[in-house]
Amino acid sequence: MSWIDIGAIDDIPLRGARKVKTKLGCVAVFRTDEATVFATSNTCPHKGGPLNEGIVHDNKVTCPLHNWVLDLESGEALGADEGRIETYAARVENGRVLIEASLLGRQAA
Amino acid sequence: MIQALTHEDVRRLIKSQELQSQEAVWQELGWKTRNGCHVCRPAINYYLIADWPVEYQDDPQSRFVNERKHANIQKDGTFSVVPRMWGGITTANELRAIADAADKYNVPTVKVTGGQRIDLLGVKGEDLPAIWDDLTKAGMVSGHAYAKGLRTVKTCVGTDHCRFGTQDSTGLGIKLEKKLWGSWTPHKVKMAVSGCPRNCAEATCKDVGIVCVDSGFEIGVGGAAGMDVKEVQPLVKVATEDEAMEWVVAFVQLYRENAKYLDRPYKWIAKVGLEWVQETLGDEAERARLVAAFDLSQSIYQKDPWAERAKAEEAKKFAPLADLTLEAAE
Ligand code: SF4
Ligand code: FES
Repeated sequence: MSWIDIGAIDDIPLRGARKVKTKLGCVAVFRTDEATVFATSNTCPHKGGPLNEGIVHDNKVTCPLHNWVLDLESGEALGADEGRIETYAARVENGRVLIEASLLGRQAA
Repeated sequence: MIQALTHEDVRRLIKSQELQSQEAVWQELGWKTRNGCHVCRPAINYYLIADWPVEYQDDPQSRFVNERKHANIQKDGTFSVVPRMWGGITTANELRAIADAADKYNVPTVKVTGGQRIDLLGVKGEDLPAIWDDLTKAGMVSGHAYAKGLRTVKTCVGTDHCRFGTQDSTGLGIKLEKKLWGSWTPHKVKMAVSGCPRNCAEATCKDVGIVCVDSGFEIGVGGAAGMDVKEVQPLVKVATEDEAMEWVVAFVQLYRENAKYLDRPYKWIAKVGLEWVQETLGDEAERARLVAAFDLSQSIYQKDPWAERAKAEEAKKFAPLADLTLEAAE
């Protein structure tokens, strides 16, 4: 898989998230631990709430609009709610955050 | 012993065991989750702020989006911006600055609120630091319309202009708002001061409502006009403005120290009893302690969040981390 560097890990607050604009729509990059990140679609499956503004706990985020809780590993809504967000590969290397290059919206050469 | 602690238990233990960080609370009180959830984190963050204003560092990641962004998120993901208008008083200059901001940032809706101020609705998240910078330069501060904290102090025109006025209700409202703004409370706190019992400021349905009479100030507490409608209960009647200020500040601090997160004052009073509140605040030494504790907290927390976030270093956190749509095509 090829990767793209989107910034420093310290630019994402611990237990917080930042938004990344891509050709495939807005992606949220979550930092759930010192050096653990997850990337998902930023759009809540319920009514489109911006997930990068939610409260991050464990490997989950709570949507800021109506409190759906989404699992960042599987992308599934938890509890009684049904829905799913797209998940993307993301990792931390030497203090930099990398996400899968497919998010550039073009075919790898 | 595996028994769920109530919020009141947690508050007591935070004080008695001197727990001064969220990690300490999770560890010492046996949390089952790794780092809490969206329900407990804002509550614990508030309790720590209220009980350890000096020792604890506020954690923005444990706040609901509105308090983290210092603006109210709307259903389409845009935000609303409400500058403070002390006691409902504004000036031509402030109105011009608000009108200019509305033009510059294409604000689709400009609304007069029930709390005697102006709401700019539909501002894009990325524009927040810039619009705050403009409003700050015109001398305005955040109205905390998004906060579990002091919202507005609504006033009538009182003795300044009204023939029925018995006291300077506008002046007292402004003094109260200047004293209390920026403080975090278990839930939002709305106040009002009416210049006579005709009650044009609707003080009798506020968390704290003052009705001026010839002989002084009647302070009522525990009113509400939300999901529940409640009339205030009489707390005390005092003769001077200074006493009115002292009682209101002491009441707010007692509420800050004891109430469960998200209990409005009327809910809290129903649990502890108005008599207990009156007795506690009736003790002069305790009243002085409460006022001193509130002042200490304000020395740290009474600062304008908009001015701080309009600075370049903070403002960039409101922009996307990266914009991959700008990548040059191969
Ligand atoms: S409450 Fe009394 S003093 Fe205030 S505006 Fe109304 S009539 Fe006048
Ligand atoms: S939009 Fe996310 S919970 Fe409703």
